[in-house]
Amino acid sequence: MKQLHDSLVELIRRASAEIPDDVQAALLRSLEEEKKGTIAESALQIVQRNIELAKQKSQPICQDTGSILFYVDCPVGFDEISFADTAREAVKLATKKGYLRQNSVDSITGKNDGTNVGPGAPTLHFHQHRSPEVAVRLMLKGGGCENVGAQYSLPIERLKADRDLPGCRKVILDAVLQAQGKGCGPGVLGVCVGGDRATSYEFSKQQLLRKLDDRNPVPELDALEQDIVNTANKLGIGPMGFGGKTTLLGVKIGAANRVPASYFVSVSYMCWAFRRQGVTLGADGQIEKWLY
Amino acid sequence: MISLTAPFTEDKIRALKVGDEVAITGVLFTGRDAVHKYLHEGGALPPGVDLRNGILYHCGPVVIKDEQGQWKCVAAGPTTSAREEPYQGQIIRQFGLRGVIGKGGMGERTLAACQEAGCVYLHAVGGAAQVLGECITKVRNVYLMDQFGAPEAIWEFEVKAFPAVVTMDSHGKSLHQEVLAASQAELAKLV
Ligand code: SF4
Repeated sequence: MKQLHDSLVELIRRASAEIPDDVQAALLRSLEEEKKGTIAESALQIVQRNIELAKQKSQPICQDTGSILFYVDCPVGFDEISFADTAREAVKLATKKGYLRQNSVDSITGKNDGTNVGPGAPTLHFHQHRSPEVAVRLMLKGGGCENVGAQYSLPIERLKADRDLPGCRKVILDAVLQAQGKGCGPGVLGVCVGGDRATSYEFSKQQLLRKLDDRNPVPELDALEQDIVNTANKLGIGPMGFGGKTTLLGVKIGAANRVPASYFVSVSYMCWAFRRQGVTLGADGQIEKWLY
Repeated sequence: MISLTAPFTEDKIRALKVGDEVAITGVLFTGRDAVHKYLHEGGALPPGVDLRNGILYHCGPVVIKDEQGQWKCVAAGPTTSAREEPYQGQIIRQFGLRGVIGKGGMGERTLAACQEAGCVYLHAVGGAAQVLGECITKVRNVYLMDQFGAPEAIWEFEVKAFPAVVTMDSHGKSLHQEVLAASQAELAKLV
């Protein structure tokens, strides 16, 4: 367990302090594209300096170290209970070390015991697979961007959004408009079309585990992803909502079956401080490979 | 870049306009959800906290105690200000604030209070916890820590050249309103 514990602490440290390569590449591109001498450009320069400093000092990129979400792919027979125990201990230590802010509050009493561990915190999702490999992905999902997530139940008359892909496009762009300024843009959207209320949000978040430069294997969704990025970047919302060219860095869309009566579109918004990292683990819990 | 150095007088604040980039040097007090609700409900400022001609920072920092038992701020970016909209106008007027730092901008009532009382809304780069943390040269004190916990407590920071953009000024102008209107019009053309 010691090895696994150390590996998870290191996973948390790195997730909190280092931006994944795919996100960094997208941010650098947006810095190049922004008009010189604008407040949008200067915001993105501060973002870049911030990314460098955090990495160099091994400290949180953003002080809101977010909801702690583990996604674990594991083989049949894997001991989920002891993994979860170890993960909670790793979270406690990472918090003591300052990799994570004391960020978990009892919803009823308002008390924060400073450990980041409590009901639903951290959150662990286990997914069994046939391979012997254990892969652990971690997302730190900040509150500011989580608050601007949205779920639409189509049709929506106000937006002239019907139960079809053009309708999905309208509500997703509405979410971008509503989120402006609030979710620390430029951001990334994870979207799910379909599902029930809970699975729809859940799937939308899982889309954020995809790399920014991957392409959707479903042609309709791939086209929609590209279209939404392009359209959103014409709106002039820009970094931080200061006005400018980059409003979104990417959009990832998945679909889940729905019942005939429901048609949900759920949007999870991720800020520029996109903290996700992942590892595959060896038999003793040691880190074998970094995933992002 | 305009340097905005304490004391934050009404004249200095009234001279600022939407779009100005400033570098703030002086003392900031943090306050977020719990503090706003507490003050709005008539809670008293703890002794030692003076907001008159002061700047309030919407921030829940990561602060740890070093080996010598000194507070050290390791991350300190802004939090979303919109949540404080129900309280902010009153707090600006009642406590004589000259500046509010946060992210995402605020609404009509805060804008009106800024105009009336001579206050500005300063937008810091959201998420830039490290860059902004570096500008904090000293953690002077912390208040209401037991009651609210570290992120929600009132921290007193000395800052040097803390960067922010004026997005709501004391003349009734708001960059947020402008960008919202323009982006809404643009979207109407594209859907
Ligand atoms: S939205 Fe993201 S970058 Fe902004 S404060 Fe929250 S976690 Fe940090």
